[in-house]
Amino acid sequence: MTIFLLVALLFIGAIAAGLLGSITGLGGGVVLIPLLTIVFKVDIHYAIGTSLISVIATSSGAAAAYVKEGFSNIRIGMFLELATTFGAITGAFIAIYTQPYLIAVVFGVVLLFTVVASFVIKYDIALPQKSSKLAMLLRLNSSYPTPEGEKKYNVTNVAGGFGMMAIAGIISGLLGIGSGALKVIAMDKIMRIPFIVSTTTSNFMIGVTAAASAGLYLNRGYIDPGLSFPVVLGVLSGAIIGSKILVKAKTKILRLVFAIVIVLLGIEMIYNGVTHQI
Amino acid sequence: MKIIPGMKDKEMEVIMGNLLRAGVILSAFVVTTGGIIFLSRHGAQKPNYHFFQSEPQGLRTIAGIWKTTFQGRGQSLIQLGLLLLIATPIARIIFSIIGYLLEKDYLYVLITLIVLCVIFFSLKII
Repeated sequence: MTIFLLVALLFIGAIAAGLLGSITGLGGGVVLIPLLTIVFKVDIHYAIGTSLISVIATSSGAAAAYVKEGFSNIRIGMFLELATTFGAITGAFIAIYTQPYLIAVVFGVVLLFTVVASFVIKYDIALPQKSSKLAMLLRLNSSYPTPEGEKKYNVTNVAGGFGMMAIAGIISGLLGIGSGALKVIAMDKIMRIPFIVSTTTSNFMIGVTAAASAGLYLNRGYIDPGLSFPVVLGVLSGAIIGSKILVKAKTKILRLVFAIVIVLLGIEMIYNGVTHQI
Repeated sequence: MKIIPGMKDKEMEVIMGNLLRAGVILSAFVVTTGGIIFLSRHGAQKPNYHFFQSEPQGLRTIAGIWKTTFQGRGQSLIQLGLLLLIATPIARIIFSIIGYLLEKDYLYVLITLIVLCVIFFSLKII
């Protein structure tokens, strides 16, 4: 295989990953790393570096749209980024000293968890009436647009959400993924922030979290130009196409199919890791 | 915000959205240019990614990438584009600090400054 062919195949694969990731809301990064390591036999350190870069691209691209619509809560995002950025550089340091097969196993477990988080956990909970003292002090309570006008919401259990965000940051820095599922759990389940605000704010934060570990990845030589360029451009193109057809497509069946794919990839990664093939 | 009277979080968010979009478009343009140069020179070679061997110095530090870009290397131009991509969320953070300063929200100025320092530490800027 020549570099030209590899680049072409990666570009097509990345378009598919970006497209599926944006339509299903499960993120493109989760399929990129198995694609690179299992299909193209790329070392997992290159794979997580490449994936992290594409995570920044999709986050910034999508956040541009969401921020304008007024769903994301910038204050919550900024405050919680304290936890995710410290977590991310911790995770990136751990990645440096961790054997590839172990990273593969952890990655597989996180993949399975992502599917559980997206399908099994129910997010339609009633909003709390009272805000916590810390949320008031940090001015985290806000409102978001609905068809019936602006709707106010209060935030609770700030410390718990902050702790969960630190874990999300570590996972992101260790595996080169956005760990959006964990971020949404921290905001929606723990801090009781409305789902639409949680998901868009999570997306907004993913770019900053990834930027925190990107410097370390770059200095360690995990970010390869030959792999990154087709993947970044492919994922971006896929995400843009995905955001355009989002309204029309029947996403329910697609989400289910994609979830099954992720489960299989997760098992494959764990198997390859345990048998030291990665 | 006092430069634009009556500016609130909402307007800040709109500017931020445009900033993010512009960063991504610029980065994609630079990466594409670098990619075309890279493929035209190395497209026929065999890839070697099976074993991790780190990148050469010129491709993994900001100073190195900047220097080698002007030697006309496609790979360096790709890395420069990726640096621009990494810079996009950083620009957003810096913009937020200015916004909070103008709003006299010093608690958030501090929070945002700490986040910025963590990222600069990672990039070896500080």
